[in-house]
Amino acid sequence: MIRRKIERRDFLKISVAASGGLLIGLQFPGISATSSAQSSSALGGSTNSFMPNAFVRIGTDERVTVIVNHSEMGQGVYTSLPMLLADELDADWTKVGLEPAPVDPKYNHPAFGIQMTGGSSSVYSGLQQFREAGAAARAMLIAAAAQQWNVSATDCRTESGAVLNGSRRLTYGQLASAAAKLTPPEHVQLKDPKDFRLIGKPIKRLDTPEKLNGGAVFGIDVKLPGMLTAVIARPPIFGATMKSFDDTRARSMPGVKKIVAIPAGVAVIADTFWQAKTARDALRLEWDEGSMQNFSTSEMMHQFRERAKSPGTSVRKDGDAEGALARAAKKVEAVYEVPYLSHLMMEPLNCAVDLRADSCEVWTGSQFQTIDRANAAKIAGLPPEKVQLHTTFLGGGFGRRANPQSDFVVEAVYVAKAAGAPVKVIWTREDDMQGGWYRPAFLHAIEGGLDASGNAVSWRSRLVGQSIMAGTPFAAAMMKGKGYDPASVEGVDDLPYEIPNLTVESHQAEIGVPVQWLRSVGHSHTAFATECFMDELAGAAGKDPYQFRRALLQKHPRHLGVLDLVAQKAGWDKPLPKGMGRGIAVHFAFESYSAHVAEVSVEDGNVRVHRMVCAIDCGQYVNPGIIAAQTEGGAIFGASAALYQELTFEKGRLQQTNFNSFPVMRMNECPQIETYIVDNHEKSGGIGEPGVPCAAPAIANAIFAVTGKRIRKLPIRMSEAV
Amino acid sequence: MIGFSVNGKRVDLDVDPSTPLLWVIREQLGLTGTKYGCGMAQCGACTVHINGDAVRSCVAPVSRATGKLVTTIEGLSPDLSNPLQRAWLEEDVPQCGYCQSGQLMSAAVLLRGRPNPTDEDIDEAMTGNICRCGTYPRIRRAIHRAAEMVAKGGAR
Repeated sequence: MIRRKIERRDFLKISVAASGGLLIGLQFPGISATSSAQSSSALGGSTNSFMPNAFVRIGTDERVTVIVNHSEMGQGVYTSLPMLLADELDADWTKVGLEPAPVDPKYNHPAFGIQMTGGSSSVYSGLQQFREAGAAARAMLIAAAAQQWNVSATDCRTESGAVLNGSRRLTYGQLASAAAKLTPPEHVQLKDPKDFRLIGKPIKRLDTPEKLNGGAVFGIDVKLPGMLTAVIARPPIFGATMKSFDDTRARSMPGVKKIVAIPAGVAVIADTFWQAKTARDALRLEWDEGSMQNFSTSEMMHQFRERAKSPGTSVRKDGDAEGALARAAKKVEAVYEVPYLSHLMMEPLNCAVDLRADSCEVWTGSQFQTIDRANAAKIAGLPPEKVQLHTTFLGGGFGRRANPQSDFVVEAVYVAKAAGAPVKVIWTREDDMQGGWYRPAFLHAIEGGLDASGNAVSWRSRLVGQSIMAGTPFAAAMMKGKGYDPASVEGVDDLPYEIPNLTVESHQAEIGVPVQWLRSVGHSHTAFATECFMDELAGAAGKDPYQFRRALLQKHPRHLGVLDLVAQKAGWDKPLPKGMGRGIAVHFAFESYSAHVAEVSVEDGNVRVHRMVCAIDCGQYVNPGIIAAQTEGGAIFGASAALYQELTFEKGRLQQTNFNSFPVMRMNECPQIETYIVDNHEKSGGIGEPGVPCAAPAIANAIFAVTGKRIRKLPIRMSEAV
Repeated sequence: MIGFSVNGKRVDLDVDPSTPLLWVIREQLGLTGTKYGCGMAQCGACTVHINGDAVRSCVAPVSRATGKLVTTIEGLSPDLSNPLQRAWLEEDVPQCGYCQSGQLMSAAVLLRGRPNPTDEDIDEAMTGNICRCGTYPRIRRAIHRAAEMVAKGGAR
């Protein structure tokens, strides 16, 4: 276990995303994040390799294998983390490969204290760890060479997978066996950034080739000898319970092996997916609909609006916002609403399990290995050490595969208990969309005041929405003594604008819809509300939205840096063709600063985003190619939500089922996107999520610029603009 | 028995003819490069070629392939030598990668019909393929790049 001191600010930011591990005494009932290795032998083992630490293995065949403890879900960690290690190792990049780590405390997240991927933190939290691992291996290879040549280690240097001394040269492969006999150094010297050979360069991803020929194995692709496939009929309403089911017809259908009630619903186990799914369609199910049977989102938003009229739990209080509002020369009020959202990974949830009398193997695309293994072990009735969890490629994650209850793993173990054979549970697209754990719906009621010269003097934000943390193992640590969920208010609790009187209040709604972190979590709605409201304030003050922000960010150079960069690159001062409007937004999230300018036209009520210019400051960066991809992808993800996406409930039933009712941006709708990365040596920040939050407010503000109408509700509908 | 050719190899299968081709390819033939995404021809992750046409295999009954030539991502080229695969590598297109088999198979049909596609051609041919990670800008660049490679005779 690596314990590292984390500054309070970092700590808060990190912990909001998904916990605080041992550092804050995180308690998982019945789950130990320190239970021992499941299969260390599978890693080190071979006498033909040198494994100086948990993160790298060097073979006599020159191959350098980096063991990666974070899940690859598109964000590029299977490349950026090996780059960190390989740079310090001075490895020959063409010989570098990787392996996903098994579940072991050695691979716990340095800050969170469990093995997991989230909070855009893989690279910046692993920076030191992976660099040190590479540097330690390099030092041992040098020591082995120096011994062989009988020279001082300081007279040796390394280059592209070899140790050199004068004209003598030994490759890492040639040195591997000798180095394996040495003791790892206690202290290592890391490179001066000017000597980086890989870090900072747009190195091509290591996982691309296998993603172009069908070779990459995602969870849904896992094949085991004798494996059956299952689908599960789950309740149509959250909280509904099974009353009875009739499987007479389904049981006799081809390929069906077993139909069994499990806590999640009724599992149909068959030889193939299609047989299981067809038989499920033939089930007759009766549910006790429970307390959510009359739930409707329109009614819920009505209640949210009412609730926002009264004060909530205080999150932040600078000065006297109420008093300053009362005295303001001009007052602006707006209520912003965002809906429930589905993560909608392209690969629907799935999990394969091979359960034996004294062992259990699980294959899935997990973001929460420690928790998933422990939860699987509980259901299997085995100690966690007896459960092997294999992390496959994730066909998108966006937070959904970091489920505090391990819902998609736990139910698969229940199915495996009934199946009596290896089995893979596959969720249909409809199952995945209707299965819960959504980005919570939120309402922001904001009031702002301007003085006679148009200066912002007061701001009051009231938020109403469900807590993500409440009821999870994270609640105790995250919400202790606060009375609110930091994940609900992140991004508005640290609003950077210099406004002397500023209040943030939170109302926590208790609703039986399971909610979870979705890419950029609270920032996905706080940036929309705050950055749209900044535009409304600028409008009321008669000021340019960019200059209005600039004036209030003078003490925040990195906010200012991305804001100026994006304005310059977008040509903020240059006129646009008639019918086009430009909107700007800036936001800090996951230790990185991001700003977007969107160019938009609106014709017959149809919004078209033509261009998005993005600036990102993530400090010392590792792979600008991946950063650009994540920033573009984040903008598209945010734009999809802003333009199209909404989950609604009527009579307790979710109205959306598939891509036709919950659309994703498509090629023909995708704007031209440009990304500019700030070049500096500040502390590294995240890149997976920071590209998302600014998209919605930049688009909404651009719509105002071209139509004079304000967008206060997502998804954007011109008929609802005010 | 239903007989057809997959990536140049003849197969004869005893399978319910109404089963979607997707699941036959994935489960009976073990070719898992073709992906399930929606089951209703909305996302394009399951795109394969039947006699050279792009088909959403999640809604095509396997009977539709009878006597025909089916090509999956595994058959696009065995060694990533197809200009699209090369262009995808050069542009470092995939993120999670799940949709990319379908993207490549749709792009292959586009390039065969329009060796020098415009952006509008790309919109038309590729709009049925969703990418949740948002790789569209790179896909667009990679298609143009592949078209250039073919034009220069650098491939095939």
